[in-house]
Amino acid sequence: MMPVPSSVPQPKDDFQEELVIRPLHSGDIYASFQFRTLWETDFMRGNKVSHYRLFPKSLGQVISKFSVRELHISFTQGYWRTMQWGQPFLPSPPGAELWVWFQDSVTDVDGTWKELTNVLSGIFCASLNFIDSTNTVQPSASFKPLGIGNVTDHRFLRYATLPREIVCTENLTPWKKLLPCGSKAGLAVLLKSEKLFHSSFHSQAVHIRPVCQDWQCKTTSWELRQTLNVVFDLHTPGQGKLEWSLFKMFSRTLTEACPLASSSKIYIDITDDPQGEQFEVSPATHLLSQAMVLGDRRTFSVYDLTQQITFGTVRSLNLLIRWKSRDMLRPLLHAERYVAGYGLQTGEIHTLMYNNHPYRSFPVLLLDSVPWYLRLYIHTLTVTSKGKDNKPSYIHYQPSKDRVRPHLLEMLVQLPPNSVTEVTVQFERALLKWTEYTPDPNHGFYVGSSVISSLVPSIVAMDTNSTREQPLFSSFFPCKEESSYFMRVYTEPLLVNLPTPDFSMPYNVICLTCTVVAVGYGSLYNLLTRSFQIEEPSPGLAKRIANIIRKMRGVPPL
Amino acid sequence: MAAPLTLLLLVAVTVRAALYRSSLADLISERVEVVSPLTAWKRVVEGLALLDLGVSPYSGDVFHETPLIIYLFHFLVDYAEITFMLADVITAVALYLSVKDYNKQVFRKQKYALEADRYPLDCLELIRSPKEMQYIPLKVAMFYLLNPFTILSCVAKSTCGLNNAVIALFVLSTIKGNVLLSAIFLSLATYQSIYPLTLCAAALLYLLQRQYIPVNLRRFSFWWFVAQYAFMYLGSLFVIVGLSFFLLGSWDFLPSVYGFILSVPDLTPNIGLFWYFFAEMFEHFRLFFLCVFQINVFFYTVPLSIKLKEHPVFLIFMQLAVISIFKSYPTVGDIALYMAFLPVWSHLHRFLRNIFLVSCVLLACSALFPVLWHLWIYAGSANSNFYYAITLLFNVAQILLVSDYFYAFLRREHHLSHGLYLKRKDGSEATLVLK
Repeated sequence: MMPVPSSVPQPKDDFQEELVIRPLHSGDIYASFQFRTLWETDFMRGNKVSHYRLFPKSLGQVISKFSVRELHISFTQGYWRTMQWGQPFLPSPPGAELWVWFQDSVTDVDGTWKELTNVLSGIFCASLNFIDSTNTVQPSASFKPLGIGNVTDHRFLRYATLPREIVCTENLTPWKKLLPCGSKAGLAVLLKSEKLFHSSFHSQAVHIRPVCQDWQCKTTSWELRQTLNVVFDLHTPGQGKLEWSLFKMFSRTLTEACPLASSSKIYIDITDDPQGEQFEVSPATHLLSQAMVLGDRRTFSVYDLTQQITFGTVRSLNLLIRWKSRDMLRPLLHAERYVAGYGLQTGEIHTLMYNNHPYRSFPVLLLDSVPWYLRLYIHTLTVTSKGKDNKPSYIHYQPSKDRVRPHLLEMLVQLPPNSVTEVTVQFERALLKWTEYTPDPNHGFYVGSSVISSLVPSIVAMDTNSTREQPLFSSFFPCKEESSYFMRVYTEPLLVNLPTPDFSMPYNVICLTCTVVAVGYGSLYNLLTRSFQIEEPSPGLAKRIANIIRKMRGVPPL
Repeated sequence: MAAPLTLLLLVAVTVRAALYRSSLADLISERVEVVSPLTAWKRVVEGLALLDLGVSPYSGDVFHETPLIIYLFHFLVDYAEITFMLADVITAVALYLSVKDYNKQVFRKQKYALEADRYPLDCLELIRSPKEMQYIPLKVAMFYLLNPFTILSCVAKSTCGLNNAVIALFVLSTIKGNVLLSAIFLSLATYQSIYPLTLCAAALLYLLQRQYIPVNLRRFSFWWFVAQYAFMYLGSLFVIVGLSFFLLGSWDFLPSVYGFILSVPDLTPNIGLFWYFFAEMFEHFRLFFLCVFQINVFFYTVPLSIKLKEHPVFLIFMQLAVISIFKSYPTVGDIALYMAFLPVWSHLHRFLRNIFLVSCVLLACSALFPVLWHLWIYAGSANSNFYYAITLLFNVAQILLVSDYFYAFLRREHHLSHGLYLKRKDGSEATLVLK
């Protein structure tokens, strides 16, 4: 039978999946999944796209309906410990984070943002509907587009975090459904929720952006990346050997690659021990790959799941990794944040930024979004490095409006080499109306993580050609110059207590206060409407009754 | 009289300067009883810092003072302490001079009434002598300057001190009979916080009385004077508001200053009644009770003016007290202003009924405010109800104080027209009641 050529040329789409496993210094193991779908299509300019193959239809419809240019959403449980685990491939703050660049054609960005958060809330089964104007900001410098586009008007950018958001199986299931193979084949079979949520850190994200297809950028395509980062705790104590396997991590082994994937690979980071004395991976593989990631050239053992020989005779792949001990990857940029002070009236937010480079200084952009009920006093802002004042070269501050929008503070700070920079700002805690507290008011209120974005100087030359074939984990952040790479660090979220009124007493309070006002009213009313008179004593009861009877008889009273 | 006054001023300035230099100054400027979101010095500094950053101070919700204050402190921020001490000194001197003038008028009126034989024979002991009235102005200045509330307010650099100075100058110019200055100072006071608007009636009554224009709604002269005063008052108010618009180039300050005072969005605890009431209010009734509480401040004007139309200075005292108790963000600085007038009515002491109870309650509450605040906010062993209870008690005590003085004043007037020792029909001693 002759295949009938279709009248409309099908746009080309491509799906790749990879898993990177990096054993960590403390004995924990870091696994990072990335699933990328590239699709040469045009969602914009009124194009009606109806034939979806690998690209999920729900997300495609979201992009076209809300004129989204870039969408980044992440759900994270746990906090990434930079000093113990090094830098993650894709950083994310605890809770939920959503930032979106809209197209220039959008007229009412705030209304579109509200509808978009509600639709995404439905797609991901998360309570993103709590995102409103009181926790949305428009950063002016921090979140530049990661895809193509020369837009500098930050009116079309919206950024919001929900630090209180909890991630669970209900969020993983719809996320897995967006994958072309679902959780039936390929790397996604490893994503079992009982093992994934039993970990120190778990983060799942969706990133959608337009990218260039080739070096000259003649054609553009839409890229959807679904990433899942997880760090497993070292459970087996004191064995002398640190040992992990795919079965131990995920309670599954791999049997086949996703048939729809053009590439399906597993990378194990063996940089610190290429000879294999300290480190052992089985089954062994002779495929090696080198990649420039996070300013460092690292070596990986590669397992290609599209090749049948990877699975061996037993038709299943269970990687076993054994190592003795590893040197810590010392992160160049690291940040901490905490609340200082005591009592429920005032406090101070301290943000510490560590520059661990021995001789280079570099600028960082600090973004702080503080809710309105912690009233920041910007005249108390101090930035000190090595004990001396360090004046930021750019400050963008938008003060909050009660119950309408949060504070936004963006600063460009130059971090001197090998130093700690401390940013402090004082705040005052507000008393809210009794209906504005969460059901557990003494738990406290969450303040979203600060975002520190910077171009960190790199030891090796980075690759600036983003269209070349390279592993997914090294190609997420665009690289504009060779001597530095882009890094984003998130600090801890803060938990701040506010003074609470007594929730059991609204009626009592209304009555008591109105009583006091009535006492004032009553006293003044008496004095204003009455006059002084001499008091005549009233006669006894008997005489009064007698007088009444006499009045009825018409006789003069006693 | 100049020497004791100067000595008093020196003592007051020394006390304030000493406190400024001590470590207590920072502690006092954080106290919620002394500063409110409207008057805090920290917020003025924040407003100036925002202006330096290029952001309008009214774009956020931190700064709620008027643009003239920003303009004033733009130049005087380094001399802030001297400014506030000077404001206190001006207030005290203005009150001193105005009470001296008022006492002279009171004595003159009393002399005419005695000559016209208008007082019954047995109330001679109620007649005031120049000797007893001699030290009253000094006592007034002392009551204001050495009142701990005033000292706390000055050391905290609360802008309430500036408001008090303007109101004191208004009182001075009214008592001296200067219509234009009275209107200008009243419009400045209203521009800063809306509530002094109610003092219009008192000023009008006094000035009419001074110019011998009878208060008769059917006469043209009455309406002509009212129109003149209203024109001067509204004119200066519009000029000041217009000037503020040109200072910052936008009308942002109208919702930030006046909208804030009237709609009470900030529920920071203070010594007033509004904060906890609106923290616990059902959302459905919020607007209703807001209107009720705000009208409560204004609506005593007309009844009080009718009752006290012969005694406008006492009316000023009553109005200031009502404003200080029932305004949306009261502080101890407001209380200090009306308490400064109490020596003027010291001749009423024999008719006061509750003064012991009231003074005990006021002292106890003033001591308990910081204790219960500490227990709630820092120790965590009390909750907001404790502080709220003391707020209620403090306001009840103030209301009792004010109504007690009102009662005593009315009673003395009654005795002056009906005689001091009253007898009943059968000749025995009578008791007076309000009926």
